[in-house]
Amino acid sequence: MIQVTWDWAFAWEVLPMILSAAKITLLATLLGSVLAIAVGLVFALLRRGRSKPIRVGVYWVMEFIRSTPLLVQIFFLYYVMPEFGISMSPLLTGVLALGVHYGAYLSEVFRSGIEGVDKGQWEASRALNLSTLDTYRDVILPQAIRPMIPATGNYIIAMFKETPQLSAITLLEMLQVAKIIGSENFRYIEPFTMVGVLYLIFSVVAAYGIHQVERRFPKEGFNLK
Amino acid sequence: MEFGEIVSVLLQGAIVTIKIVAMALPLAALMAFIFGLIRLYAPAPIKQIAVLYIEFFRGTSALIQLYWIYFVLPFFGISIDAMTAGVVALGLNIGAYGTEVVRGAIQSVPKGQYEASVALNFTSTQRVWHIILPQALVNMIPPFGNLAIELVKATSLVSLITIGDLTFKAKALADMTLQVGEIFGVVLVLYFLMAQCLSLFFRYLEKRLSRGLGRGGIDQ
Amino acid sequence: MKKPIIEFKNVQKRFGDTTIFNDFSFRVEENEIVSIIGPSGSGKSTLLRILMTLEGIDGGYINVNGESLWHMPWNGAYVPASNKHLHKMRNHLGMVFQHFNLFPHMTVKRNITEAPMRVKGLSRQEAEKAADDLLELVGLADKADSYPNDLSGGQKQRVGIARALAMRPSILLLDEITSALDPELVDEVLDVIRNLAKEQSFTMLLVTHEMYFAREISDRVCFFDNGAIVEEGKPEDIFTAPKEVRTKAFLNAYLGQ
Repeated sequence: MIQVTWDWAFAWEVLPMILSAAKITLLATLLGSVLAIAVGLVFALLRRGRSKPIRVGVYWVMEFIRSTPLLVQIFFLYYVMPEFGISMSPLLTGVLALGVHYGAYLSEVFRSGIEGVDKGQWEASRALNLSTLDTYRDVILPQAIRPMIPATGNYIIAMFKETPQLSAITLLEMLQVAKIIGSENFRYIEPFTMVGVLYLIFSVVAAYGIHQVERRFPKEGFNLK
Repeated sequence: MEFGEIVSVLLQGAIVTIKIVAMALPLAALMAFIFGLIRLYAPAPIKQIAVLYIEFFRGTSALIQLYWIYFVLPFFGISIDAMTAGVVALGLNIGAYGTEVVRGAIQSVPKGQYEASVALNFTSTQRVWHIILPQALVNMIPPFGNLAIELVKATSLVSLITIGDLTFKAKALADMTLQVGEIFGVVLVLYFLMAQCLSLFFRYLEKRLSRGLGRGGIDQ
Repeated sequence: MKKPIIEFKNVQKRFGDTTIFNDFSFRVEENEIVSIIGPSGSGKSTLLRILMTLEGIDGGYINVNGESLWHMPWNGAYVPASNKHLHKMRNHLGMVFQHFNLFPHMTVKRNITEAPMRVKGLSRQEAEKAADDLLELVGLADKADSYPNDLSGGQKQRVGIARALAMRPSILLLDEITSALDPELVDEVLDVIRNLAKEQSFTMLLVTHEMYFAREISDRVCFFDNGAIVEEGKPEDIFTAPKEVRTKAFLNAYLGQ
């Protein structure tokens, strides 16, 4: 048996490298979240649209995206996009995959949030002759947002925890950097453990942040400009 | 490469994927029940161990857990082959999420059921096994179905520790040939079919169980 | 004075900052039928729930059948009761709940046989024989194989009564057993209790809002308010000539309409 001990000197030596890779991880999460929210909103509205074929089509597209692995979707984009002459950096590929994958999840959150708004609000808006767009923007969404915050936040944290998969397309995020350090020094325990702990810390902080956002969010909703 | 050849290689990978699911799913269910029950009923110090397990596996990412088990454990003298590492990592990861399903389902059984079983003088073990759990079980099925699908998706990660699963074969083929569109298209469809099968199975299970438990399962 | 089967001595009970009982004393004799009436939130149900060991107490003593309920002798002193002691004491008591609390995953018959078999160790034949007799008693012999969710509220509550009786308690606690029922279903449940009171010797403690029923069935009626008995006595006295202002006001509000 090989004697293992935790080597603090080594840990301190490689921590800056891992932390600088954390920037890439956080950037991917941030961009992925923005895209996921946009995709989710579009899907949610399409599923509430008037055309039945579109509603059914969108449902199955989302079901398909949600029930297939993110990693395969990442590979799909990475290998197949260039076939169509679109070449993207690993970061952009990753962001696109994360955004679409989690957009499919978020669309369900948004849809149930929108449907959670009292039906009377639609009827009142109709009675005031507001257009559908105005009704969504001024009446429905402002009331729907607060209840959506916890679930949306949880999916964003879940997305964050899946960013290590972007290492598979050579993105130099935390796990990939840790793996490289590990194979160069033949010491995996410090880099992998530190990455794990960093993920734990980020997740806990993010969960707390989301809770604060929800708590401070005006209960009566707010006006979208 | 002929399309048929591609499909047959991918099907071999799919069988490996199914094998991993078949082994990791029972492990996950076992962990979910053991730690879910500990979390609810055990005395404080043991409860803390359960909380630690749950928070650790839910708070970090599945791939990191997989790497840790596969790359780090050997340094502790625990040699572990890739397949075992994959099954253990995925089983523990999904199991940690499952504890919350078990806990939530048990807590959703109305309080009156507990009170009636106290009034009828059941022991605390009898209360859990004969009154609470049978009712909670029905509530667990749909979320467990979702977790099973998450497990199928998560098996793709084992391709990164050189197990020849569906994703691994796809990537190998994609590196060899230029028919990447077909390859990944077929792979996605295969995963989708596996998920749909699981989802159908769990829906059937839910129907069966709630029928056995007297209609709706839960009073009112 | 006859021997008390239930005795509360200076009992205290709090929920957080709210005091339910402060120095509450109360006794019930063997085979006595006592109705507890009073406004909601006055601690009536808590009284039953403490007896059924669903709630603990914060001070004082309770005796059931001459033995302390929430305490047990240990090395010459009284200490809080162990689970084993509570288990033993619960054998004296049975309870019927406002919301029935039937086990939805068991047939009616199984609801009634489950506890006698598992807790008392009766054989299946014995337990089923007893269940058949009890179902006969509550008029539901044809529903033995139904599931609770297929029954009406009145039927559910009659099963609830049968289930409690199957454990052969010497004290039966009835907690607002008709409050969750539609008005037209109340009588079928009360009839069962009437028959029980007539044909069998039981100690019964009931919390109820059915004033006419309380008057008809009880040996004693207690008017409860703010965690204390404001007035108690024979039903005809309480209902026809209440002495206390609060009792009068309460009965007027209830019966005046």
